[in-house]
Amino acid sequence: MQQLAKDTNAWACYDCGKCTATCPISRAGADYSPRKHVLATNLGDEGLITRDESLFACLTCSLCDSRCPAEVGYTQLVQKLRERAFDAKIQPECPHGGALQSVMRMMAKGGTQQNRLNWLDDDLQTTPAEGDIFLWTGCTVYYDAFFPEFGLATVEGTRAAVKVLNSLGVTPVVSPEERCCGHDLLWNGDRASFEALARHNVELVAKSGAELVVTPCAECVRTWLLDYQPFLEGSKVRVQHLSEYLLERRDDLELKNGSSSKITFQDPCRLGRHLGIYHAPREVLNEVPGIEFEEMRRSGRRGACCAGGTWSNCDKFAKQIQIERLREARATGADVLVTACPKCQVHLACAMKDPNIGKEISIEMRDVAEVVASALV
Amino acid sequence: MTQQVSSSGATSTAPTGAFDPRIVVFACNWCSYAGADTAGVSRIQHQPHFRMIRVMCSGRIQPAFVLRSFEKGADGVLVSGCHFGDCHYIFGNERAVEQFEKTMNVVKLLGIEEGRLRLEWISAAEGGRFAEVINEFTDQVRALGPSPFAVEDAIDEIEVPETGGCMNADKGEGKGEGVGEGEH
Repeated sequence: MQQLAKDTNAWACYDCGKCTATCPISRAGADYSPRKHVLATNLGDEGLITRDESLFACLTCSLCDSRCPAEVGYTQLVQKLRERAFDAKIQPECPHGGALQSVMRMMAKGGTQQNRLNWLDDDLQTTPAEGDIFLWTGCTVYYDAFFPEFGLATVEGTRAAVKVLNSLGVTPVVSPEERCCGHDLLWNGDRASFEALARHNVELVAKSGAELVVTPCAECVRTWLLDYQPFLEGSKVRVQHLSEYLLERRDDLELKNGSSSKITFQDPCRLGRHLGIYHAPREVLNEVPGIEFEEMRRSGRRGACCAGGTWSNCDKFAKQIQIERLREARATGADVLVTACPKCQVHLACAMKDPNIGKEISIEMRDVAEVVASALV
Repeated sequence: MTQQVSSSGATSTAPTGAFDPRIVVFACNWCSYAGADTAGVSRIQHQPHFRMIRVMCSGRIQPAFVLRSFEKGADGVLVSGCHFGDCHYIFGNERAVEQFEKTMNVVKLLGIEEGRLRLEWISAAEGGRFAEVINEFTDQVRALGPSPFAVEDAIDEIEVPETGGCMNADKGEGKGEGVGEGEH
């Protein structure tokens, strides 16, 4: 515990309570207090993880980290505490019965040939094994299979990513051997399964000879950039979010006046506060002619989370947060809510299913890549 | 009850030395489970390589149940319920179909053979049909061979009583000897 308090800078806490005051779930009314967890850690209270299931209620959105005057890494602390909880066999009541965790663990075990590229067609140019740029597709195809009732096609974002790369003259590697990046298992505390996935994925990219990994998924890019670092030692592989790559090559992008619409942007917590990428997606969206951009009341560093981060929490407070967020999106007068993470889409779409206020808060959602692809010449 | 069905109905139609699959059968309380009972009471012979899990309604069988079975090493999973129109809860089996289709799509994405998962309607009177389905499905799974996720200790893992949580956890609350409290 002492080491943990040092590593996460919890010792610097001076008990001001800003974290709890700012925490989206506390504000929504949950009996949840980051401050109490930090205090318990500093006091070396080992019972914290066994006593307090609310450890799994944290959205890991990092809003408290960004407000903390003492720079305590609460999100990091939660991740480490969850690992301890997992080792002590204490686990969350997962939404969807833990089905997604089962799928991820099966991927970690491996042994089957996944059918994850069933969305590829002849119009999309990709190569399965070797190339300069590796397109990390993420698990959108699984989300679409899991949530048919939302009528979402998050895989369109992935398809659009290929289209945009093709238009830049890139034939990306899209591998059928790709597996879940392990993001959710890591944040559920299952480090062993995460490491199995990380090793497989890093090796897969190394074999492809690619020097650059590009992904349209905010969680994948966070995991690659931060959590895969120990596995990438000595490797020259660079990792970028698709929007960063597109920004680098903005001069080569040929975009026509797409369907002119007013859009707003939901900052995924992984892309924004975890990695500090606020600028790139906005710049890329502004490259698209005919698009009018309107910020939501809370955006950028203040951006609100979709409240579903790691498939470990979903309750009335999460719904409250989502509804509030969608109301903000609607208040901008935008037609389309653009995001850069498929999970934001899944969770906000779920809130829109509310039979009472669903209509009030419904708004079309698209991925950044989709918006760019729709304006390609 | 599962034990009775398995032991009284056991035959060895399988060639000796052949692979015996581990099959998980989900059965609804009102039709399929009673159908299995009928098969047992009527001494209808069938293969014994399945473990049965009774649920109140096939509509309860969500993707997580089936996927967890595969994750823990099941070679095949059979989902069974009342015939349409017979559901004790009127439309539970329609929900079961929705859930099953969703599950099947995920199973296909994962690369698990479609033949390892099956949906069947078996009524309480259809003991013979229960035996038939079990024999047919067992042979089908046997032909597919062991599941890629099968592990040596799968049986031990499956038989651990589960108390909820997404990772087979014993929360240790209110039990005195809970895992959580014991270790700290």
